[in-house]
Amino acid sequence: MGIGIRIDQLRKVYDSPPPAFAGGFSFGGARAGPREKKDRKEKKKKFEVVALDNVSFEIGAGELFGLLGPNGAGKSTTIGILTTRIRPTNGRAFIGDFDVWQQQVTAKRLIGVVPQRPNLDFALTAREILVFHGAYFGQSARERTRRAEELIERFKLTDRADHMVRGFSGGMMQRLSIARAMMHDPEVLFLDEPSAGLDPQTRLLLWDIVRDYNRQGKTIVLTTHYMDEADSLCNRLAIIDHGKIIANGTPAALKASIPGGYLLRVRFDRVPDGLTAGLEQLPGVTEVRSTDHSADIYADRGGSLIPAVVSAAQGLGALLCDVHIQEPSLETLFLHHTGRSLRD
Amino acid sequence: MNWKTFYALLSRDGHVARRNLVPTLLQNLLQPLLLTFVFGRVLTAGGMMQAGYKNVLLPGIITISMVMSGVWAVAMPLITEFQFTKEIEDRLLAPIEIGWVAVEKVCAGMIQALVAGLVVIPSAWLAMGSGVDISLRQPMEFAAMCFLVALFAGAGGLALGCSIGQTQVGLMFSLVLAPMIMFGCAYYPWSFLRSFPGLQYAVLINPLVYANEGMRGALAPQVPHINMILVIGALAAIDLFLLVVGLKRFHGKAIG
Repeated sequence: MGIGIRIDQLRKVYDSPPPAFAGGFSFGGARAGPREKKDRKEKKKKFEVVALDNVSFEIGAGELFGLLGPNGAGKSTTIGILTTRIRPTNGRAFIGDFDVWQQQVTAKRLIGVVPQRPNLDFALTAREILVFHGAYFGQSARERTRRAEELIERFKLTDRADHMVRGFSGGMMQRLSIARAMMHDPEVLFLDEPSAGLDPQTRLLLWDIVRDYNRQGKTIVLTTHYMDEADSLCNRLAIIDHGKIIANGTPAALKASIPGGYLLRVRFDRVPDGLTAGLEQLPGVTEVRSTDHSADIYADRGGSLIPAVVSAAQGLGALLCDVHIQEPSLETLFLHHTGRSLRD
Repeated sequence: MNWKTFYALLSRDGHVARRNLVPTLLQNLLQPLLLTFVFGRVLTAGGMMQAGYKNVLLPGIITISMVMSGVWAVAMPLITEFQFTKEIEDRLLAPIEIGWVAVEKVCAGMIQALVAGLVVIPSAWLAMGSGVDISLRQPMEFAAMCFLVALFAGAGGLALGCSIGQTQVGLMFSLVLAPMIMFGCAYYPWSFLRSFPGLQYAVLINPLVYANEGMRGALAPQVPHINMILVIGALAAIDLFLLVVGLKRFHGKAIG
């Protein structure tokens, strides 16, 4: 059982600033290259932001899949397209065998969506939100009442179940959003940055719920920019940046793919000629990328390499100013592929 | 088309409307009723207005109340729900084509407009006191006008709600709706504008002219009014136009 997802050469270009989406979908993406500026009007017309650039990947049935990337990488746009809220410029997206844009209604039946920012119906109470959601999906009165009660209890919302959601805290809104997405027992659950703004306790509750739902054979797609979340929760990951998938695999395989595993970020007063080559010669070093004042050294060890780095620098008259050692992690992987930190 | 979902969407709007029943009624109906009392009763009793003016005023009051209730019932929630919070998304993700979500909004607006009409007819009649010569001798025309006016309110609310932002609501009221009501022949028959020939033809672009003239033609046929066939045709065409524009804008707003 379970339903997979496939996206094929997906491309999304915004030709005007996108509307403020509840998902707050970010679109930073790669800006279209500078064009000939004929006149101001022409320039204004050519506003273009490439949010997704021919992205293709598959998510297996029953997989817990993570899309990891910084703000504006294209994560929410991908989720938006898969959940019928954003129309792709090119390419196709499938939920199971159903083309999301040809068979929208069937696709909508199969999915549950937790947006980045809660988009709860402010005119209703928590219980009514769940019950009406069940009604939209054709559940009988008895079924939806029972299920709403179950979810309210499970998500620890019993005390406030009959209050209007306007006064809820951020964490409560987020919990209710997830309960609502699960109300119709969807085969695929999308969570767009589900733990943004949650306290650690609620975050752990969320992880438990997500893992539990996944164990029932449901496919789960989540976006995050938290490394630990991706690492501990997901079976498989795609790392996305500037609208392109830059790496794809299990967290373990992705971490193993970093040359050397360890990253030493070293800062000097200057990087003289020959230092980069010198560092590359050191035992255990697999790759060195340097700028005027710093070097990123990928190596199979961390602290034990420092004395050798110091003496190599001293030999060329450079002074070591700062060292930062990163153990094998997704953060290092991201840095390796993009040259910048996930939080930049 | 998924009737179960459509009905559930409609029930949701009904539920919210029932919860806000008293404030909504006060907001939409108090002003027309006060107007009815002052113009239809105080001024006619004091001799400033002829008693026959009551027959001119009552259909106008009914129409304006229906239109305002329906437009507000659709436009205001839409304006809020399409804002930053995107509250409408749970309904956009319901298993039904997006166009039907908009049609449901129009239907909800129509129902609220008809309810407003039902409430305002007896209460305005009461507020006017004796001497109202209004009849239901033309039930078909009356039914057609009620339907078209309600549809105008619903479809107009959809187009309006998907076209303006929250910050423009006040401006919209004073720049567009207020002149539409004043030049909409609600408080006087269209034929009274003959002393202002330019204006008399210019106001024909205002849908409220057809709504008010038609309602007057159906309820008080003795008052001079534009030919009913013309009125019904024009209003039906306007309704269709607003519905198409509203649906298009709704799609534009709903899908990024």
